[in-house]
Amino acid sequence: MTQTPTIGALFIKAVVLLIAAGLLFAPFLFQDVRALEVAARICVFIVLVASYDLLIGYTGIVSFAHTMFFGFGAYGAAIALKQIGNSWGAITLGTLAGMALSLVLAVAIGLLSLRVKAIFFAMITLAAASVALVLASQLNTITGGEDGITYRVPDLFKPSTKLFTDEAGKVVQIGGVKLNGKLAAYYFVFATSLALFIVMLRMVGSPLGTVLKAIRENEARAEAIGYRVVAYRTFVFCIAALVASIAGSIYAVWLKYTGPDTALSFAIMIDILLMVVIGGMGTMWGAVIGAVLMVMAQYYLRDLMSVAAEATAGIPLLPHLLEPDRWLFWLGIIFILLVYFFPKGIAGTIMDKGRRT
Amino acid sequence: MKNLGAMFERFGGVNLLPVLVAIVAFVLIGAPSSWVTLTIAGLAMGMMIFLMASGLSLIFGLMDVLNFGHSAFVSFGAFVAASVLAFFGAWLGGDSVFLSGLALFLAIAAAIVVGLLGGWFFERVIVKPVYKDHLRQILITMGALIVAEQIILAIWGGTPTSVPRPAFLEGAWIVGDVSVEVYRVFAFALGLAVYAALALILNRTRIGLLIRAGVENREMVEALGFRVDRLFVAVFMVGSALAAMGGAMWAGYQTLISPALGAEMMIVVFIVVIIGGLGSIEGTLLGALLVGLLGNYVGFLAPKMALASNMILMMAILMWRPSGLRPAIK
Repeated sequence: MTQTPTIGALFIKAVVLLIAAGLLFAPFLFQDVRALEVAARICVFIVLVASYDLLIGYTGIVSFAHTMFFGFGAYGAAIALKQIGNSWGAITLGTLAGMALSLVLAVAIGLLSLRVKAIFFAMITLAAASVALVLASQLNTITGGEDGITYRVPDLFKPSTKLFTDEAGKVVQIGGVKLNGKLAAYYFVFATSLALFIVMLRMVGSPLGTVLKAIRENEARAEAIGYRVVAYRTFVFCIAALVASIAGSIYAVWLKYTGPDTALSFAIMIDILLMVVIGGMGTMWGAVIGAVLMVMAQYYLRDLMSVAAEATAGIPLLPHLLEPDRWLFWLGIIFILLVYFFPKGIAGTIMDKGRRT
Repeated sequence: MKNLGAMFERFGGVNLLPVLVAIVAFVLIGAPSSWVTLTIAGLAMGMMIFLMASGLSLIFGLMDVLNFGHSAFVSFGAFVAASVLAFFGAWLGGDSVFLSGLALFLAIAAAIVVGLLGGWFFERVIVKPVYKDHLRQILITMGALIVAEQIILAIWGGTPTSVPRPAFLEGAWIVGDVSVEVYRVFAFALGLAVYAALALILNRTRIGLLIRAGVENREMVEALGFRVDRLFVAVFMVGSALAAMGGAMWAGYQTLISPALGAEMMIVVFIVVIIGGLGSIEGTLLGALLVGLLGNYVGFLAPKMALASNMILMMAILMWRPSGLRPAIK
């Protein structure tokens, strides 16, 4: 069964392409340090949110342990870089170690709890994630506790590294942008994120993706046709965990710092959840839109809110709610309204436009 | 082995588990005086957790709704009680047991009222539109939890708030070489009273009969002409009020509370509900006591394992009994 794409779907895909182009040329388009941070964060979160979308959007299971896997990858890379030194081997080893740990735990949690109700699964993953967070902040000797770990990354990614030099030995500039190690680090993040996203997109379009959609739409019927629902769900849970773990390693390499706040905290889980739902579950494209909107909001909405808080200074309570730190309050309300009125999120709703029924 | 199992069942089955834990801990700890102190602390903690968890369990059992925002009521209860106690600070400091008792009563009552009102609002506005849709339920109650936490941050600020206690609940009784904190005994007694009241209502009254029947087979009860949805609003309100009451008690126990309290307790509450089996208050009590005791013993024997111990306990029990120790729903 082939469907002709709706106008809305074409529009969404065009927007995603535009975002991809924007990210590709981000260092040249927005020339300040903060913008590059935002762009890198968007790249990593697109992968993270898309992998979460595989879970929630394609199999309908809610996991709260996604940051745990993200954290495993980040801590794996961070500990390896700290202990072994700033080599590529350390990154590879750390990433693989993080992936292995994620895989083992994902299989264990999946087999133990995916056969029971979806709600049990949500509760158990929540408990597991909280234990991981506590362990990370208590095992001082390995994880650096609350302070986290700072480490050096391979020389290629140092800001002082010159990728290309002209005759005078200075860094070559294109459009005012120095071709230095920071740029190389950004394109490392961008390329790996793009590759991971394309792999996931391919997976969703494959026969496997069709089975997953069948399970989402009608679990009993998929089981009756002969698909082993538990096996498929566990498999997808493992894949999502692995991708999240890799995303964590990439982010650790970019940040040169890993701590509970950047890799494991519950706030990140809430961010992911908001991104998936705002963008639209079960579309993959929604992950891109949700991640871009949320990360932009995180960085720029606060500025806007501090202006609003000053403007309403005379009114009781309202300035407190408009404080920059209270931005989650407003996002939470938007989140609830979206789940009520647009359960398909931005991407899902727009993609349905122009569909003949 | 089979004989052992039969004997285990005959002497109370899973109800023996807290006793077993206590006996094993007695052997491991060795010093009777610290064992008694830890056991009393564990029982008191278990009772407070029971207050917080019982509502969640009942709400799930009756209406198949899992409220991830439940811990918001715990936080609200704790902070409202703290504010009320601080407001009557002069009464608490005075010598009059009556006045400070009245202040404590008012604080707990305020928490309960907030829980009732909040529960009503939550059920009508947040949960009602998404019955029977688990995915959206989880998402929407999670969103409500985020908003509730932010409201607490906006009203009470992010810094830890200290909670004054009535003078007559301060200090400890010394029996031999065992010191017993008065507040713990108070918390335990109050928890036990609430449990007794709940058990009485559920097992001896007509409303309780309807609730239990609704847990077991909702459609049938509705077919017989009872309006389970109205009953459910009541259960939701009472459950939220119990959570707020538990939060108020917890605030007095901790004496220093921060807005992160709700999120911390949520994990414990979930573990308790899963261990106990959804939908039964007996199971919740059992799970709460187990978690409370184990948490205190492990905290004494191997402090770093305290939270992980709950998780391991949950895993072990789920392997043994996949739907919890005493589930109401088969």
